[in-house]
Amino acid sequence: MNTIDGLTVHHHRDYTGAKIGMWVFLFTELLLFGGMFILYSVYRTVHAEDFHHAAMELDTLVGTMNTLILLTSSLTMALSIALIQTGRKKSSILCLVLTIAFGLWFMVNKYFEWGAKFEHGLYPGSEFLLQHSQGEILFFGLYFTMTGLHGLHVLVGVGVLSVVGFKMLNKPYEDIVFAGPGVDKLEGAEIALLGKSGQKMWSSEVIDDSVERVSVRLKYRPVGKRVRKEDYALLENSGLYWHLVDIIWIFLFPLFYLIT
Amino acid sequence: MDNNRTDQEHTGFDVYVLTWVTLLILTAITVTVAGMHLGKLSVLVAVVVATVKAGVVLYFFMHLKYESALFKIMVYVALGTLMIFVGLTFFDILFR
Repeated sequence: MNTIDGLTVHHHRDYTGAKIGMWVFLFTELLLFGGMFILYSVYRTVHAEDFHHAAMELDTLVGTMNTLILLTSSLTMALSIALIQTGRKKSSILCLVLTIAFGLWFMVNKYFEWGAKFEHGLYPGSEFLLQHSQGEILFFGLYFTMTGLHGLHVLVGVGVLSVVGFKMLNKPYEDIVFAGPGVDKLEGAEIALLGKSGQKMWSSEVIDDSVERVSVRLKYRPVGKRVRKEDYALLENSGLYWHLVDIIWIFLFPLFYLIT
Repeated sequence: MDNNRTDQEHTGFDVYVLTWVTLLILTAITVTVAGMHLGKLSVLVAVVVATVKAGVVLYFFMHLKYESALFKIMVYVALGTLMIFVGLTFFDILFR
């Protein structure tokens, strides 16, 4: 066996480092949205009445529905990661696709919601809106900015998850090829798979001079034993991002839709 | 390569489903309370429920419960920083 080259296939992957990097990125997101929530709470303190009044324009039913959609998408995201960790790859990708579908459903609802607002003349800087009080203008300014930025994050999340899903689909097996011994050593030999007690489970024909070289190709199927968490750091980190987007919505929903 | 395999199988599927059900119940609570017109109290309930929901997502869906102390400290420092911003801003606004 000493003639086999390439046995020391070394993948250096810093799993913990990748995850720390992702969390640090999430903190910048937290502060981005956090700043806006501070702005919101200050203006709401100053213009409490106007905010209550303006919030009546928002459709609580759509907001609640979108909350349920995002919460469920978080569940399928978490399940997708749990499934890949136990080696169930097909189900994992299915859950990922469901997550993406929920994200798109959220955006479709958002589209109709915003569309209805625009039809009523409610959009930043509109003539109609400028006739309202300052507090209401501020409310809708914040509403469009914050839910808009959040929607953008959902779209980015859908994009990222699609890329991850595609990568998982395209990399079904871990594929390692070992170069075998040269042709001069092969003649008259045969290749066999031996069982535990040395019995031949499978063997090739005797090698003659028509064989140029032997290479061993290992295709690891993603059974539980073979799934290494390092391989799916991308899925996990994308999941972290998706959950953060969910958390932001958890705060946006009551603060905009439920203050009538 | 066996020692490389995942050791993160501590979170069962039932835990995730339970987490999800909890989040749905909390959503129902916050929507119901908002419909009862409790005035200032409803704001408090909304923020507290949202914070609990965020915590549940953070701890279970985002695995923070199972992470090492390093991750927990990082999250607390980030949240603490945000709280300092909130505190200082309101210190300014309310006593102006």
